[in-house]
Amino acid sequence: MAKFTVRNLTFRYDDHLALQDVSLDIPANEITVIFGPAHAGKSTLLRCLNRLNDLIETEAIHLEGQILLDGEDIYAPRVDVTELRRRVGMVFAVPIPLPLSIYENVVYGLRMRGETSSSLLTERVERSLRQAALWDEVRDRLDEPGVLLSGGQQQRLCLARTLALEPDVILLDNPTSGLDPLSTAKVEASLRELKADYTVVFVPHSVQQAARVADTAVFLLNGQLIEAGPGERIFTRPREQRTEDYVTGRFG
Amino acid sequence: MSRQTSQRIAFALLTFLAIVVMVPIVLVVAYIIVQGIGAVNWEFLTSFPRNGMKEGGILPAVIGTVLLTFGTAIASIPLAVGAAIYLSEYARDTWLTRSIRLAIINLAGIPSVVYGLFGLGLFVLFLGLGTSIVAGSLTLGLMTMPVVISTAEEALLSVPQRFRVVSRSLGASRWQTIRQVVLPNALPGMLTGVILGLERAAGETAPILFTVAAFYLPQLPKSPLDQTMALPYHLYVIATQVPGMPLEIQYGTALVLLVLVLSLNVVATVIRSRFRRRRQW
Ligand SMILES: Nc1ncnc2c1ncn2[C@@H]1O[C@H](COP(=O)(O)OP(=O)(O)OP(=O)(O)O)[C@@H](O)[C@H]1O
Ligand SMILES: [Mg+2]
Repeated sequence: MAKFTVRNLTFRYDDHLALQDVSLDIPANEITVIFGPAHAGKSTLLRCLNRLNDLIETEAIHLEGQILLDGEDIYAPRVDVTELRRRVGMVFAVPIPLPLSIYENVVYGLRMRGETSSSLLTERVERSLRQAALWDEVRDRLDEPGVLLSGGQQQRLCLARTLALEPDVILLDNPTSGLDPLSTAKVEASLRELKADYTVVFVPHSVQQAARVADTAVFLLNGQLIEAGPGERIFTRPREQRTEDYVTGRFG
Repeated sequence: MSRQTSQRIAFALLTFLAIVVMVPIVLVVAYIIVQGIGAVNWEFLTSFPRNGMKEGGILPAVIGTVLLTFGTAIASIPLAVGAAIYLSEYARDTWLTRSIRLAIINLAGIPSVVYGLFGLGLFVLFLGLGTSIVAGSLTLGLMTMPVVISTAEEALLSVPQRFRVVSRSLGASRWQTIRQVVLPNALPGMLTGVILGLERAAGETAPILFTVAAFYLPQLPKSPLDQTMALPYHLYVIATQVPGMPLEIQYGTALVLLVLVLSLNVVATVIRSRFRRRRQW
């Protein structure tokens, strides 16, 4: 069953149309890759899924259509947005550790949810840092500021911070943009393991990366969904000419 | 003239100007120290004025100024910090917030004697607080508010927006984000603003003239509704109203006031530099 169902989503910033009548299903326990050239609307779509666009002054944005998470409309009036963001976590392109220690970065979301039991917090820190393949590198320096880590470590810290909340869905917006190939491989490997327990929505930094990790692939262009389907098909036998042109590097 | 030569001349000129700016400050401070240091001793700080203020110390004025500074802090900080948080974290850019900001800027430009008269009208007479520490603190608080609001708002805005987005994305509410991320990182900047505001309040004469300051009192204030002596006004009095006043006592009093105010300044500087070293972005 689909984790997310997006129906006829249209999204505007002021008068700029960023998403136009987009409909798609995001299957549970898979990696769904949303790819396309710059300004296609990939980040916008991601931010619609955990309502992070709400942080923009509300009269400046305009959303039509429906987004269902497990069949429930996440834009319904009664929805608790903070609870939604705990269920749908986000990792950004640039790692942004909060100005706190490594430990406090990981438990931040849990503390905000009201967790106080230090045994639970400590246990979560180890588990999520292991899941993000960072534990061995930081186990002895959990009290150090998060910003002292290298870029790749910071990105895995941000992943761990999201995992600590045990979300249903993890949104990753080009999380390897600043990383070297080795760190990139580590992040990709963690994602493959994570999909057993989580639904992963991933914006890649290249078509090659998209092809490497995609179970399902979604091609966006200028705010429109051009084609969606199983990764192997999209990257080998696309049905749309524009998908084929992009995948084969003829534009973009 | 080669680029290097003009570069060097410009550099020398600017250095010279910077030094020229320092000269009056150094002179004033040095002059007051030299003239006044002889009068300042333990007894001067801990005893009442005697013999028509021509002898004795300045204890009630020092205590009064300390009390008024605390009173000003209590009167202005909660409101000013609340307003700054509202402006930077909650308010959208509307005509209302724009007029609030305009009002704050204009309040900062009002001469202090006008605050004094306003305090007399509102707190002393209309609200019936009489000439009292409360009325004086409220008046000084009002005067301090714009400075504290502006610096506090600036400190809040200097916390990078991305921290707020991350905090919200981890399921923190807006208030939790302010409490956990924004305030701790803005606090040193806000403190600096508060201290600079209080420093100005501690040295002002005009706002306390009609609202709290007493010419001479034989005892310390017993309640917030009492009058008190205060250093700036005391200095004004002994410098202009008491014939035959020994110069050394006048300069001694000025020196004490200067040290009080400058020590607040030093505290602000220390806080700022500590934080710069510690800050993590
Ligand atoms: N906060 C905003 N306000 C106004 N317009 C925006 C805002 N964010 C994005 N846009 C516009 O919406 C369109 C889609 O942007 P979006 O960031 O979703 O694209 P993207 O596919 O993520 O691109 P990239 O690959 O460069 O990250 C762009 O034209 C962009 O300029
Ligand atoms: Mg983007």
